[in-house]
Amino acid sequence: MEYLVEGIMAVTWQQIVMYAVGIALIWLAIKKEYEPSLLLPMGFGAILVNLPNSGVINQMMSGVGEVNGVVQWLFEVGIEAAEAMPVLLFIGIGAMIDFGPLLSQPVMFLFGAAAQFGIFFAICVATLMGFDLKDAASIGIIGAADGPTSILVSQVLHSNYIGPIAVAAYSYMALVPIVQPFAIKLVTTKKERTIHMEYQPGSVSKTMRIAFPIVVTIIVGFIAPSSVALVGFLMFGNLLRECGVLKTMSDTAQNELANLITLLLGITISFSMRADAFVNVDTIMIMVIGLLAFVFDTIGGVVFAKIVNLFRKNKLNPMIGAAGISAFPMSSRVVQKLAAQEEPGNIILMHAAGANVSGQIASVIAGGIVINLVTRFL
Amino acid sequence: MDRLMIALEIMAKGMGGIFVACLVIMAAVWVMSKLSGRNK
Repeated sequence: MEYLVEGIMAVTWQQIVMYAVGIALIWLAIKKEYEPSLLLPMGFGAILVNLPNSGVINQMMSGVGEVNGVVQWLFEVGIEAAEAMPVLLFIGIGAMIDFGPLLSQPVMFLFGAAAQFGIFFAICVATLMGFDLKDAASIGIIGAADGPTSILVSQVLHSNYIGPIAVAAYSYMALVPIVQPFAIKLVTTKKERTIHMEYQPGSVSKTMRIAFPIVVTIIVGFIAPSSVALVGFLMFGNLLRECGVLKTMSDTAQNELANLITLLLGITISFSMRADAFVNVDTIMIMVIGLLAFVFDTIGGVVFAKIVNLFRKNKLNPMIGAAGISAFPMSSRVVQKLAAQEEPGNIILMHAAGANVSGQIASVIAGGIVINLVTRFL
Repeated sequence: MDRLMIALEIMAKGMGGIFVACLVIMAAVWVMSKLSGRNK
């Protein structure tokens, strides 16, 4: 009967650590509601793939040879082959986004650009800490505040740390309400945080809403071809939403497609959370650098807004710069909440929302640019 | 040190590239808004 205890005898302390990590992720998802749609499948998957001789990953069995596991197959087909899952998820995300607040104030595009600073700051820090360039770039992209982009870039660059990077990206996205107010207060005064901004949106015609995703895809395709998969599918989803004749497809993309892919993406990513690849000092360093990336994204956006204020008569509330990250709509809500805390009745939500959706576009452009630049040095 | 210099170069070129892309999109949106305004 010794075959019944083979599993228990084969378990390693690293695998036990991963069970604790999995349970912690499930606890964060259920108790704290931190990105539950991703952290819960990832947490459960972390337990699944770390059971000794787990049947969800490929195993050699005596007498029959290699037996395929479903989670490994999902990873190889859905992520490794062509990054299909994160890319397809972007159709759903694009269909969910209303670019109206951005189209009515196009200047907000600049805040989306500025708030990508954390990516590059983190790449420098990761390089200083000894990671090689492809891993440093993959770690830096945690600062895109965009889970699918982080997964795609780390996969394209063949990083060894896709698991810790995905966990860090999704964990810190969930922690935006804690990280961003701290970072904003580091670089602003109370007086700056109480600045009022008038909202005078320009009109946005239906034609413009339809033309926008097409024009953006072409422009980004010329400037950063590596990001076409991300931008193209994001904008395809948005075109479904805005065209007005594909309502059921738009609804399907926003709900069924996004939910299905998200459900599978979490458990598929857990393939990269096997104990031998996850339990090491590098994972802790990646979590620290990821946090720095989010902090410096926020600081980059806020400082850029303060620089813009040097040239403006009507001052901007610099907090809207912090909303230029991709975590939508959480970041704009956090900025609005902070503004209302500093001075009840101060409403900067629509400005922040404009910066926030620009962050969606800027982060995928950043992903493409990072791939493009880094591969030139490899 | 060499790798840090490369990382700094990626930072400079990357941030520059993102700003250029966003500026071009911003200009395109501005042109589109003018054109669609003219069509009203």
